[in-house]
Amino acid sequence: MEAAAISARAVVKSFGVGDARTLALKGADFRAVEGELHLIVGPSGCGKTTLLSVLAGTLECDQGEVSVLGTRITALSNAEVTRFRRGHIGFIFQQFNLIPTLSLLENVSVPLLLQGAGRREAEAKAAERLAQVGLSGRERQRPSQLSGGQQQRVAIARALVHEPRLVICDEPTSALDSVTGHQIMDLLSGAARAPGRCVLIVTHDPRIYGYADRISEMEDGRVTAVHSGESLSSFIHAATRS
Amino acid sequence: MFLIALKMLLGDRSKYWMLVGGLAFSSLLMTQQYFVFQGLLSWTTSHMRNMRASIWVVESRVDQVNETKAMRDTDVNRVRSVDGVDFAVPLFQGVLKARTADGADKMIQMIGLHSGTLYGRPPRMIEGDITQIRLPNSVIIDTLAAETNRLGAGLGRPLRIGDTFEINDREARVVGICQTERHFFGYPYVFSTYDQALQYAPRQRKMLSMILAEPKPGSDVAEVARRIAAETGLRAYTVPQLEKSTLRWVWTNTGIPISFLTTIILGFVVGVAVSGQTFYSFVLENLRNLGALKAMGAGNGLLAGMLLLQSVTVGLIGFGIGIGLTALFGLTVAKGGQPPFKMEALFLFQALAAVILICALAALFGIRRVAKLEPAIVFRG
Ligand SMILES: Nc1ncnc2c1ncn2[C@@H]1O[C@H](COP(=O)(O)OP(=O)(O)OP(=O)(O)O)[C@@H](O)[C@H]1O
Ligand SMILES: [Mg+2]
Repeated sequence: MEAAAISARAVVKSFGVGDARTLALKGADFRAVEGELHLIVGPSGCGKTTLLSVLAGTLECDQGEVSVLGTRITALSNAEVTRFRRGHIGFIFQQFNLIPTLSLLENVSVPLLLQGAGRREAEAKAAERLAQVGLSGRERQRPSQLSGGQQQRVAIARALVHEPRLVICDEPTSALDSVTGHQIMDLLSGAARAPGRCVLIVTHDPRIYGYADRISEMEDGRVTAVHSGESLSSFIHAATRS
Repeated sequence: MFLIALKMLLGDRSKYWMLVGGLAFSSLLMTQQYFVFQGLLSWTTSHMRNMRASIWVVESRVDQVNETKAMRDTDVNRVRSVDGVDFAVPLFQGVLKARTADGADKMIQMIGLHSGTLYGRPPRMIEGDITQIRLPNSVIIDTLAAETNRLGAGLGRPLRIGDTFEINDREARVVGICQTERHFFGYPYVFSTYDQALQYAPRQRKMLSMILAEPKPGSDVAEVARRIAAETGLRAYTVPQLEKSTLRWVWTNTGIPISFLTTIILGFVVGVAVSGQTFYSFVLENLRNLGALKAMGAGNGLLAGMLLLQSVTVGLIGFGIGIGLTALFGLTVAKGGQPPFKMEALFLFQALAAVILICALAALFGIRRVAKLEPAIVFRG
């Protein structure tokens, strides 16, 4: 059996108190393995983003256990989780979240700088990454000078620059047109081929289901089905036809 | 990351200039007001630098140098007889009215020096010879008195040696011009001998304003002053004592310190308000970016350090500009000593500390906000 990149058991997370309380995760179980591109799909409001946040260690869950890359992050202190994210996780957000006042090069160097790398070294690696996503020669530009798809490519460069073993993406293509979305997914599925890496993507977008090695389906705060191999093809077939 | 922090701030031009401007204004207000205040305070003790004496003996109820209560002429001899006193001389000090060539009345600060010693004479003569005030109806005036709009009025030019004017219907002939430090009351100095000053001043039963004394060489000034006070029942101040007492008097009896302090505190408060507000909104606008940094593994400590660096940086730049403007003010507007202006290095450091405190406070609100920030917000649309 493949090595587990993530395993989560019985994760419960609620927001708010009293009447305003919503139970976003109601005992979700989840598993992803190294070397795969894993999609989390499901209807709006079913808890995808919440689960992703918990798995990424950016949100503390109320109950349950989460292990990421062999570390039980639910047992770590706040500072330890922060250090863990810094070392092992790359992030790609729906809104790209590049820092507008920094150049592309500076934006991409941030994860390395956070790890304490020197500026020269960080920028050299960042330039390499930018070249890999097809943006060489534009290192000094600002994010606002780029199209959405280009910005998302910068975000991918940033997420991969420190060679994290887990890459977390929330709706990476939903702000993009179909062609650009496919370019982005090509880059991400390429990234998933790196040894020992897992790329985890939350999406609404059936057009990109075909990139998945495995799909976890969520409904109402739980993971209700996991598709891979044969069942994956039929799931994708059904989803894209409707 | 600290370079990144600075670039984040510099990238937001309007906030950056707002912060720098607010802090520059605050620094300017604090330092400029303080230095004018210091200048004004120094005017209150300028008598002591214009009539230098080691011991100042005054009537027992007088507690500052600008106030006089007349003593008996015989008090001079009582002071002279105190052990340790080398010599003691009378001094007349009073505000009199002088009449200029065109018949206008101008107030002057009349000083009557002991004719034999001329002890208490002004520190620097510009023209003429101080000993000439011993001649009948002769005075030495300071440069302020000589000005065209002071005693020179009616002549259309500054007063010169040989010119005359009137004090209380008596002629006063200028035999010299001296340099003085400006006095708090704003009246120019006119020096004459003690006896002539009494002639110029309206006749009163007691005319002696002060006694200036010098201790014997090698004796302790403070000790001699203490002995004079004990033996004569008068008050005897050393220079530092009288300076302190005069300043205390200004603090307790005039509204000047309070009004300046209010402005200085206002400068501080405005600085806190403007920069705190601006910086906080800068932080709020950057919350998504800060959240993204946090998600990517920036700890609270690092983010706090970044915010602090940003605010202290604008603080230092603002302070630099503010101090520059204050210095410019000192070199231009206040050049002629009007308004008075006295730079003090110590206060520059205090103002710098205040500005850094302002920045730290401003950053603190942002730091608290960022500490509470859930990095997961960046996943929300
Ligand atoms: N910070 C929050 N405060 C309060 N309620 C929240 C918060 N975050 C999520 N929720 C609620 O939790 C539930 C799950 O939200 P979540 O964002 O995880 O769903 P999702 O599957 O990502 O939805 P979508 O597809 O629309 O992004 C929703 O009912 C949502 O309103
Ligand atoms: Mg979502």
